[in-house]
This record gives sequence, C-alpha cells and structure tokens, in this order.
Amino acid sequence: MHDHEYPMPIRVPFFTTGTKVLFGIVCLGLLAFAYRFVFGLGAATNLDNQYPWGIWIAVDVATGVALAAGGFTTAALVEIFHKEKYHAIVRPALLTALLGYTFVVIGLFGDLGRYYNVWHPMIPNMWQGNSALFEVGICVMIYLTVLYIEFIPIVVERFKGRVNFRGSLKSLNKITEFVLSIADTTLKKVTFLFIIAGVVLSCLHQSSLGTLMVIVPSKMHPLWYSPFLPLLFLLSAISVGFPMVIFESILASRSFKLPPEKKVLSSIAKYVPVLLTVYFIIRMLDLVYRDALGFIFTFDSYSIAFLIEMMVGVIFPIVMLFNPRVRRSMLGLFVSASAAVIGVVINRINVYLVAYQPLYSTESYFPSIFEIAVTIGLFSGLVLAYRVVVRIFPVISVDKTIYDSEMEKSMHLSKKSGQVTK
Amino acid sequence: MDKSRRKFLSTAAAATATATMMATTGHTSDRLGHNPDEMFSVLVDSTACIGCRKCEYACNKTHELADHPPAYFEDQTQLQLGRRPQHDAFTVVNAYEDKGAKEGEAYVKVQCMHCNDPACVSACLVGALTKESHGPVMYDTWKCMGCRYCLVACPFQIPAYEYHDVLTPRVRKCTFCTERLHEGKKPACVEICPNEALVFGTRKEMLDIAYGRISANPQRYQDHVYGEYEIGGTSWLYLARADFQTAGLPLLDNQSPAEITENIQHGLFKSFLPPLALYGLLGLIMHTSGQREKSEESTDA
Repeated sequence: MHDHEYPMPIRVPFFTTGTKVLFGIVCLGLLAFAYRFVFGLGAATNLDNQYPWGIWIAVDVATGVALAAGGFTTAALVEIFHKEKYHAIVRPALLTALLGYTFVVIGLFGDLGRYYNVWHPMIPNMWQGNSALFEVGICVMIYLTVLYIEFIPIVVERFKGRVNFRGSLKSLNKITEFVLSIADTTLKKVTFLFIIAGVVLSCLHQSSLGTLMVIVPSKMHPLWYSPFLPLLFLLSAISVGFPMVIFESILASRSFKLPPEKKVLSSIAKYVPVLLTVYFIIRMLDLVYRDALGFIFTFDSYSIAFLIEMMVGVIFPIVMLFNPRVRRSMLGLFVSASAAVIGVVINRINVYLVAYQPLYSTESYFPSIFEIAVTIGLFSGLVLAYRVVVRIFPVISVDKTIYDSEMEKSMHLSKKSGQVTK
Repeated sequence: MDKSRRKFLSTAAAATATATMMATTGHTSDRLGHNPDEMFSVLVDSTACIGCRKCEYACNKTHELADHPPAYFEDQTQLQLGRRPQHDAFTVVNAYEDKGAKEGEAYVKVQCMHCNDPACVSACLVGALTKESHGPVMYDTWKCMGCRYCLVACPFQIPAYEYHDVLTPRVRKCTFCTERLHEGKKPACVEICPNEALVFGTRKEMLDIAYGRISANPQRYQDHVYGEYEIGGTSWLYLARADFQTAGLPLLDNQSPAEITENIQHGLFKSFLPPLALYGLLGLIMHTSGQREKSEESTDA
C-alpha cells in the first residue's frame, strides 16, 4: 500500500433519507425499463424514423462514457505519469468508471431493438471495421473487462487471509484463499499492462463516439458538425475526467461524513483549466476553419444552446479554476467542477440531439416519461451501487488516524464474531 | 414497345459510350470495388409522373406491406401530405409545387436511393447492410442488433424501423425488388408505371436516357441528373423541372459521408499501428517517470 492512501470500507448505514429517495427513483426506472421490454420501443419512447436516437443514446451511453473518463485520466496521471500524491483518488475514479460503463451497457440494452443480438460484434464474420460504432462497441467491451480486472486487487486486498465461509461452505475456504493469492501474485506483475491498455482503449472509443456523428454532414447544425469531432470528443473527455473526480469526491465525503481530500482535489484542479483551454482553442479553431463562427451570434435556439454549453461548461470553469483561491475553496471547487461536468452533458446532448436536424422533420423530439425515468433511474442506480461497493471494499481513502483506529476496531470485531463474510 | 425503345436507345448510346467512359473513368470502379455503370438503376422522371400512385400499390402488393383497401391507392389527397417511406410503405409519391407543370405541381416518388457508397452500409457495425455489386442495398435481419445507426446515417431519411414490434423489430426499406431482379424481372413499381416516369436498366443506360431527355427537351428539365454525383452517386436517378430541393430532394455534397468517417477510422486503426504506438509511448512514459519518481524519493530522504 502506498504512503498517501489508506483505503478502507466505509462504515455508513446503507439506508438514509437520501438513499431511500434514490431507491424509489431506481424502482420507477426499473418499472419503465420493464415497460420498454414488455411493450416495445414504440410504446415506451418518443423515437421515430426522424429521431432514431434519443436520450438513451445521447445521455445514458454517450454522456455516460464521457463522465466515466475520470477512470482513465486518473490512471494515466498516477500510474503512468507517476504523480503519486494523487493516489487516493485512483480507486474512487476506477470504481466510477467501472460502474459508469456497466450502467452504459445496461442502458444500451434498453435502446437496442434486438438486444439479444448484442454479442454479434464479437463474431468475426460480422465484424465491420469501417463502422465507428463497431469500434466503440468492441472497445467498450474490452475496456469494461479491463476495468473489472483492475478492480480485482481491491477484492483481493479485502478478502485475502480473511476468507471465512461458515457451515456447509466451509470446505471452500482453502480453495478461495488459494485463488485469491494466485490472483494477487499474477496481477501484481501484469497490472501495468492492463492500466496502459485501459488508457489506450479509452482514447480510442472516447474519440470514436465523436466519429459516430461525422457520417451525417447534411443532418447536423454547423456549430457542432465537424470532421474533427473525434478529436473534440477525446479532448472534452480528458478535460472532464478530473472535474468528475472532484465532483464525486466532494459529494462522497459529504455523504460519508469524512473530511474532503482537500489537498489532492485542490492540486488536481490546476490541470482542469489548462485542459479546458486547449479544448476551447481547438473548438474555436475548428469553427474558424469551417467558417461557422457566424452561427454563434445568430441567437436562434442553436446559438443559444451553443452559448450555454460554452459559457457553463468551458469558460466559467476556466476562469474559476485558474484562480488559486477558488481551487483552495471546497465550494469553489465543487461549483466549477460541476459546471465542467454539466458542460460535457450539454455538449453530448447538443451533438447527438439538438444539432441533429432530420430532413423532413414535422415535430422535434422530446423524451417520453419512460425514457426520462430510465435515464434518471440508471444514474441513481449508479450512485446506490457506488455506496454498496465502498461499504464492502477498500475504495475510499481516509485519514491515517481514522484508518488506524478503524482497523483496530475491525480487528476486535472480527475476532469477536469470527466472521468477515458469510 | 418498351423493348424496341430500349434497343434503339442502347444502340444510340453505344456511339457515345466510349466518349462517356473516357469522361467518367473515375466511375468505372468505385471505392467499394463495384462498377456503378453496370449496376441496375432506375431513372425517375418527375416531369412524366402523373401521380397515379400505382407504384405505391405495386410495391405494397409485392412486399405484402400495409393492409390498405384498393381505394386507398386511388386517393389523390394522399399526395399532398408530405409522406415519408414507412416500415409498411417502402415507396410514397408526394406532390411538390412546379409552376411549369400543367397541374402546377410535380409528383416525386421516394424510396431508397440505393447509393453507390451508402452511409448506412458504412455505419452498420455488424454488416447487416450491404451494397450488392448489381445495385441493391440489402438488409440482413438476422445480423441486425437494432441500434438504428443506419437511420441516423442515411442522408435521405429512408430506412424505417418497426418501433411497434416488441421482440423482432426490423429495419425496413425498398429492396430494389431483388428477388424480381434475380428472376430477370423489373422492380414492381417500374413495371406498373403507365407513363415511363420510371425507367429501368443499367446505370450507364439510365444516365444516357436522362441526358437524352434533357437535350431533347431542355426547357422541360433542370440540366442536372440528381443522383449522378450526389453523395458519391446513387443507383436511382432523378429528373425534374423545378429545382431538386423544391422537389424534396436534399442538397448534398458529391462526397459520400461514408468516405469521411472511413478515412478517419482507417487512419486511426489500419494495421493497429497508431494504437500500438500509443501503447508503447505510454509504457515508455510509465517506465521513465517511475524511475524519476524513485530517484526523487531517494533524494528527498
């Protein structure tokens, strides 16, 4: 274990008012999800031949993947560039990415008309390498696997030497310990391979999510259509990685009544305005290159959507986070990081939905109540799953003093009850 | 009569064939390795269309689509509704303003254009859509995952989805009557057309006929065959009197959007070199920065 991190399972009750509300939202989402599978896409969604993609693709998939970018940016910063002082945020970011992608896949299942064919891209005779969507599909599948492999050491750390099945399962203790120790020794040697693979795979499919829309030059508003969409998607994913980590870390420490990782978060925030500025410059250069600058100030609905996206998601966080005083204040950090996160949400919705102009459109798309319920349900489900996992596994790092006293307590407890897991 | 006309036209065309071939050498073998000149093609002459909707009827019967009473297909008011092809109607005819026409309007049949370099084929991640070398863009229900990226990608907004189908929704669109083509027949809509608004043959023949009609009657036509170059060329070609956008056909670039995305994809992935290079670079950074970190730690201590 590293000097800078003392990760441990967080002892918080699962049921609070907040989680009960989330649980209710998840149940509604599940009902809407069930409705889609029983009555079909036509009944559950407002999709039609003009708008084949709605918020399940724009938000659940495209935005979900972008917001999970904290996983690979943090891994790159800490494990590849060896900025060890940020070690404490690697595991939370990994967990967010892992759950994020898991929920992306769940959401995608609802959107696919023939969800039972979801395995088709794995079959070589159906590979269609010309398709950007094929690349996204394959990369997401492999990356999700990589994320689960990267999580194994955390599982090992939690249970190694403490496997204690009781009753009829008692005979499994030894073999489980054996498997865990094998996993431990092999993974220690090869984890770095997976970490690099995770970063490469992320760069590939984050950009390919932008390439998806390059195929519709005649159906997209010029403020968003660009052959450079893949580059813009990659850059915006990279720049939203740390804001997402900050956003989530501050929320988590609030919820778990732990002191926020002030030093780490303030320090990592200094990368954000730099990355966002690079993104902003390339975005503007792209508009100049395509002669689309004029569309910014037409003040129609497109120009307003664009201005909100850039003001909230790019310019505001750049201005805020270049200021060291903002970076030192938890409120300042939280507000600016949230703005950057919301900016990417708006950008993905703009690219996939707002900018999309069907040729013979009679009315514009607005998500149905079922689509909204599923989308909100998925995000709530992710938050709940996060809470479940951090209560079981050592993901969140705590102060050394808290860590030591808690470890001592848990030793006593496990001695007394003689059990860690059933 | 039809036969003799075609014979006449093909002999007439033969004289200019060599010259045209020279002028369009870029077209003899396209990006997909097909020869568009030899593909099956249909010329839609909207100035000759009388809006009888018999093509809609024939299509409906051939593909056993929506269960309409025969009277539906004689209902002329349907022409005014700006309809689009649906999962149960692969082709529709719409009326558009055309001041030069007797009725003040032109009738334009809409169906899959069967592009030479189709965006839908390029988009489909499992290869459920394919461009056949003889022209049709075909759909394989079994491979389809139902992602509807083809609907997003189509520059003509043609593919329709069976949203109402809970378990086995399909993408539906004009098939170019492939089965009939294999039997040596014309597409059902062409066969029933009473007014030669629809002409069937190879793409080369259709272009020749199109330009023949334009030069024989220049005041009747725009001097442009829609689909010759649009979006990389289409198997279905259009003639119109008023401009094509008034006739409901979108203004498009000559480059197929499939080419733009595929250039990006191939640039990033061909032979996997760029991803491997990135992998190697990151590995190198990981190694060297790890060393530096170690030495810094030792000096710190």
